[in-house]
Amino acid sequence: MSAAANRLRRRHGAEWRFRACGAIAIAIAIAILAALLGGILWQGVGALWRTEILLDIDIDAGTIDPAGTRDPAALAGADYGVLVKNALRARFPEATERKQKRDLAALASNEAAYALRDRVMTEPGLIGTRLKLWVPASSDVDMLWKGVLDRDTLVDGGRLDADQVAWIDALAADGSVATSFNAAFFTGGDSREPEQAGIAGALVGTILTMAVTLVLSFPLGVAAAVYLEEFAPKNRWTDLIEVNINNLAAVPSIVFGLLGLAVFLGFFGLPRSAPLVGGLVLSLMTLPTLIIAARAALAAVPPSIRDGALAVGASPLQSVFHHVLPLAMPGILTGSIIGMARAAGETAPLLMIGMVAFIVDIPGGITDPSSVLPVQVYLWADAPERGFAEKTAAAILVLLVFLAVMNLAAVVLRRRFERRW
Amino acid sequence: MNQPIAFTLKPTSAPAVAVDSPPKMSARGVDVFYGEKQALFDVDIDIHRNRVTALIGPSGCGKSTFIRCLNRMNDVIADARVRGSITLDGQDIHDPGLDVVSLRARVGMVFQKPNPFPKSVYENVAYGPRIHGLAASRGELDDIVRASLERAGLWGEVAERLNEPGTSLSGGQQQRLCIARAIAVDPEVILMDEPCSALDPIATARIEELIDELRLNFAIVIVTHSMQQAARVSQHTAFFHLGKLVEQGPTEQIFTSPRDERTQGYVTGRFG
Ligand SMILES: Nc1ncnc2c1ncn2[C@@H]1O[C@H](COP(=O)(O)OP(=O)(O)O)[C@@H](O)[C@H]1O
Ligand SMILES: [Mg+2]
Repeated sequence: MSAAANRLRRRHGAEWRFRACGAIAIAIAIAILAALLGGILWQGVGALWRTEILLDIDIDAGTIDPAGTRDPAALAGADYGVLVKNALRARFPEATERKQKRDLAALASNEAAYALRDRVMTEPGLIGTRLKLWVPASSDVDMLWKGVLDRDTLVDGGRLDADQVAWIDALAADGSVATSFNAAFFTGGDSREPEQAGIAGALVGTILTMAVTLVLSFPLGVAAAVYLEEFAPKNRWTDLIEVNINNLAAVPSIVFGLLGLAVFLGFFGLPRSAPLVGGLVLSLMTLPTLIIAARAALAAVPPSIRDGALAVGASPLQSVFHHVLPLAMPGILTGSIIGMARAAGETAPLLMIGMVAFIVDIPGGITDPSSVLPVQVYLWADAPERGFAEKTAAAILVLLVFLAVMNLAAVVLRRRFERRW
Repeated sequence: MNQPIAFTLKPTSAPAVAVDSPPKMSARGVDVFYGEKQALFDVDIDIHRNRVTALIGPSGCGKSTFIRCLNRMNDVIADARVRGSITLDGQDIHDPGLDVVSLRARVGMVFQKPNPFPKSVYENVAYGPRIHGLAASRGELDDIVRASLERAGLWGEVAERLNEPGTSLSGGQQQRLCIARAIAVDPEVILMDEPCSALDPIATARIEELIDELRLNFAIVIVTHSMQQAARVSQHTAFFHLGKLVEQGPTEQIFTSPRDERTQGYVTGRFG
């Protein structure tokens, strides 16, 4: 009796230890994930805000519209930078030396002139008047104001000098420095200036690239899987094909990049850096995964369903398209979205086809030069300016949100297709 | 235990089989191979209208293999090869002029495990008529669905649940749904491979009654490993053993005075 009781106790003990190990493993995984996400969020959330300076700008008609025609073409080409500089000089008349003047002008971002231009273009009546306008500050001021870098670091590093710090303090003292939501980050393209750099170009590039990947790899992959699983004779050739598909799924992604460089750019002469080529390369990479997932989903449909359809006189094609494929669809969709999500996070193959180029414009089509989110992360992470650090983290956040949306779509589609009555 | 099992033939209202009428289907010299392995040897049998033909025998003897020959379901198995002649109304079913799809519309099949499509009850029954273009309008399709469910004895139970999934019915109802699905394309022969082996006794009794009614309109072939079932529902019985058709004849004769000692051994329960 005590032997049996002992065994029971040992078994309960083993079970308890196993569960405890599992719980600990999960706790560690969650802690690491939380630390990672928390760190990125901590760094990246700053990029959602930008520092602005309130300037009292004299919109001098003689400077921007000497002819007095209010011609939009002339207004668009005018030099608004001078007006911004003049506004700063008017605010701090003590800056008289050349270097001081230059330092003073450096407080505002280049973007300030564009902000002013846009405002004047929409409201030409402002010409000849004075305007109080919040304009974006330069990246160094941004770093100082947000407290990312302290003033000693900035001054010692030569990023800001004592005059500039004093001017900012003076502006701050009368409430002329503030942060506001950085909408430009989500609507602008890349820039050499950290405070102007936006994610929209890379985001649109990723969406276009993924669209090409989806359009190419989904129909091809599903067709290949249906043929191999439902129609192909089982012989040495199909075995060989199957082995090769499995091997392709394990090929490092950069190899597909090299292939794309040689074939799509070298042989077919498609444009460099374009979402079209990126999509082609990622399709090659995704196809094996997608075919394997789709075949697994098809194989999981019980054979009795095929028998049932064939026995009422459905042709093999009807049996597949009316019954087997719809039943396999949730699995196929999940598999392909997971494959696509993996492709969306790829950097290496896209570097090979030139998507690493510095591109300012937001792509308007699949043949326009473009970047993608992971490559943008790579580029910004590599940039020396401190202002890009928070942009890098923010770009990672955007990429993660993009992937989360894709995975959410997988779940929703799965629910939708499962048991459709 | 060596006595033949108790045998009673229910009096039925069904028309007697006209012995001299030509058979609906007939198989002559049928051999089936799975790869190198021969599963059936030289099977000859006739299937008649208004008659239930039972195929009995120990498991693995080739009953399913044979019944699947009759609607060419063995085509689906890559390494299965069928030799010999099988005719439907005198026409060879392997004739290249006869499309396998139309053959299967004329020779329906019900499987061992109920396999309704994961669609609504209505769609299960409507699928066959729809792909064969049997209904010109939605109204006609409704009529076919209703008539098929009625003939399968299921209408009363599902009339209010036509839009519910077929898979939500009970096992016995699912099997009758599969029978309705087979009937809906208006076949001439219905093949049933152990249709009750996954069902409880009450559902089994219900299906057996149904088979007896269906005999009025169809030729029926049923595989069963229950000798009682063969005795209850069939008029003609064929005993298979190790891939050979050992003996066939009127059910009563097979069960009461088998000529072959293997048949005798099987029906008296000495092996099986
Ligand atoms: N798909 C198949 N491939 C190879 N051998 C098979 C296949 N189906 C059945 N067999 C073999 O054929 C023989 C007859 O099987 P089957 O017709 O299923 O017997 P039963 O239905 O009488 O139990 C068995 O020996 C079985 O192993
Ligand atoms: Mg069987």
